[in-house]
Amino acid sequence: MDEAATTPVEIPLIDIPAGKFGMWVFLISESMFFTGLIGSYIVLRLGSESWPRPGTILNTPLLGLNTLVLLSSSLTMALGLNAIQQGKQRQLKRYLLFTALLGSLFLVIKGCDYVHLWRHGFTLSSSLFGSCYYLLTGFHGLHVLSGVILMLYLVAAASRGAFAASQHVRVESSGLYWHFIDMVWVILFAILCLV
Amino acid sequence: MEQSQPRSFWRRDVFSTHHKVIAIQYLLTGVMFLAVGGVMALLIRWQLAAPWQPVPIIGKLLFREAGGAITPEAYPMLFTMHGSIMVFFAVTPILLGALGNYTIPLEVGARDMAFPRLNMVSYWFLFLGSASMLASFFVPGGAAGFGWTIYAPLSASTEMLPGWGQDLFILGLALDAVSILMGGINYITTIMQLRAPGLTLRRLPLTLWGLFYSAVLNTLWLPIVASALFMVLCDRRLGTAFFLAGPLAPHAGGQVLLYQHLFWGFGHPEVYILIFPVWGLVGDLLSVFSRKPAFGYKATVLSMLTITILSGIVWGHHMFTSGMNPLVGKAFMFLTITVSVPTAIFFLNWLGTLWRSAIRLTVPMLFTLGVVFVFAIGGLTGLFNALQTFDVYIHDTYFVVGHFHYTLAASVLFGTFAFIYFWFPKIFGRQMSSRLGKLHFWLSFVFLNAVFSVMMFVGLHGHMRRIADATAYEFLKPVQHWNVFIGWAALGLGLSQLLFFFNFLYSLFRGTPAPANPWEAGSLAWTVPSPPPEHNYDAVPRIWCGPHEYGVPGLNNGDWLSQTDPRAKALAKS
Ligand SMILES: [Cu+2]
Repeated sequence: MDEAATTPVEIPLIDIPAGKFGMWVFLISESMFFTGLIGSYIVLRLGSESWPRPGTILNTPLLGLNTLVLLSSSLTMALGLNAIQQGKQRQLKRYLLFTALLGSLFLVIKGCDYVHLWRHGFTLSSSLFGSCYYLLTGFHGLHVLSGVILMLYLVAAASRGAFAASQHVRVESSGLYWHFIDMVWVILFAILCLV
Repeated sequence: MEQSQPRSFWRRDVFSTHHKVIAIQYLLTGVMFLAVGGVMALLIRWQLAAPWQPVPIIGKLLFREAGGAITPEAYPMLFTMHGSIMVFFAVTPILLGALGNYTIPLEVGARDMAFPRLNMVSYWFLFLGSASMLASFFVPGGAAGFGWTIYAPLSASTEMLPGWGQDLFILGLALDAVSILMGGINYITTIMQLRAPGLTLRRLPLTLWGLFYSAVLNTLWLPIVASALFMVLCDRRLGTAFFLAGPLAPHAGGQVLLYQHLFWGFGHPEVYILIFPVWGLVGDLLSVFSRKPAFGYKATVLSMLTITILSGIVWGHHMFTSGMNPLVGKAFMFLTITVSVPTAIFFLNWLGTLWRSAIRLTVPMLFTLGVVFVFAIGGLTGLFNALQTFDVYIHDTYFVVGHFHYTLAASVLFGTFAFIYFWFPKIFGRQMSSRLGKLHFWLSFVFLNAVFSVMMFVGLHGHMRRIADATAYEFLKPVQHWNVFIGWAALGLGLSQLLFFFNFLYSLFRGTPAPANPWEAGSLAWTVPSPPPEHNYDAVPRIWCGPHEYGVPGLNNGDWLSQTDPRAKALAKS
């Protein structure tokens, strides 16, 4: 069934496309999911008698670099949206690819970080901090992975010329998702590495 | 209008993206699990009525090793699976999946949900989840046995419950949660963004408001319990210790109570998630069959909003005895009692709708009145439970079980039947037998009250929940005959449902064909033929009034207006 046939003339609550509205609802439930995880981390940490000082276990500079990688991917995402708003399809495709690449780079660095920590005895079951670290960053990593897949899907759609200056809801809502996982990472970086 | 091209059976009826087909898939799945969960309830009641005796007829089939008797290992599985299956795989698919999918696009004047493909995926996640749940019965060690609340540390340690059945259970719930969340995105977006011209928020049927707030609560609180379930799974299989402490934990720092906070953070709103669609449906049906506009429409919607907000901050009343600071408990007690204010408002609105009306006692109306009755009892006993001091006394007894089943099981079950009897003609284009329906109602009503009211009485006597054999306790011996009584009543309740299944199947094939609007209902869905064409509406409908324009004076045919009736415009002006 094509999208147009399912959508009659409507009086929306908020004057944005349904795709974007649905994405906002999804992101609200996503943030509640991370609220559950992050909230548990805070409660567990405050209830613990001792906690490793920041910088003693985690490689803060490496994770800081990863933060920059993800932040710049948000920038390329925004540039991509900007490009398609002006109808520039080739540029959109390039920026989406950049975004996917930066997302993958983030995952690779994350993987190296995991291997390094694991070798030094910092595992899921070595301490509460370990459990929390892998749980939080693991679920975040899965979100980045889905984001990368989403980007590649958009690249494929863009190659078929699916988007135009007037029709790019999917790019816009995928962008919302990408910025969201970026924001979650900034929070995770702050509460895991800095505080 | 573009005609639907011939499509294969698989695309049309199985992997369909069409809301009406998906609604029927949800309905059939839910009804199937309703039967499974019901049989489990009967097994539980058999064990309590005749402890350790072989179960008649089906015992030999289910518990072969024990000679047909329920074993001490099987009993916890029964009450765990009964609760979870009923809540997540029977009631949720019927009241959110089927009712939501069927009515939302029809009632807002849309051709389908906002995201049809997401809708299809949502159903198949439920399907995978139910497969996982059912599979858990057949793995070594059996199904999950930690109770529907999945309390840590029992659930979180493989030392106590090593079987993979427990993990399949959690996986099944997680898949179901994903399914519900996807459905919720569709419900919220479709109701808010796809309304036909003229269908302002004040003209929505109350059912849609119920479904909307229910979806909002799911969006907010289901992810919380999902995160907790993932942590339980990590504790079980990956060697973490979020919810483990003491000798069970591989490292220090885990907090057992944290799990309870996360679970009830969702667990309390879950009550409203299930009951909001019923409340909305009751509001609409009372209006249709009283031939009066729903009394206090705006107040009803605002009370639901108030409850939606309050429900997120009262979870502590489930934990009065978990070792909570009594002062914090007082705060939770106060907040919980506050919920009764909006609840009372819309309950009075129901009575206001009924007041001095010309009631048409159809089968859906009987079930609707049934909801009103059982919810009154459930709500009032809930007020006791909210009191910290009283709760300490009745905690973990059958009083709570009885209360819970009045508020949730009874009202939701009656709501489910009101939904099916009311919408059946629209969905399948045939009428259900009203004589069988009435018999079904009265038998269910009598037996259901017999079961759940007696549960509250034995609970006040101190009968603990989740025990398999009350005769093992000296002080419970005087009430054992009541367990036998509940057993008979439960059997009666179970057997009366056969009337429903027979009626459902018979009417599906042999029922008299239904007209477009057999109930003379005003809302949009009843302006199209029964069953509606695949695209629902040939042209986008234009809405002129609310869904409850009954008892309008001065009309030359009938006393009511359909939402698409342009005469409403003229009447509003005069
Ligand atoms: Cu509660």
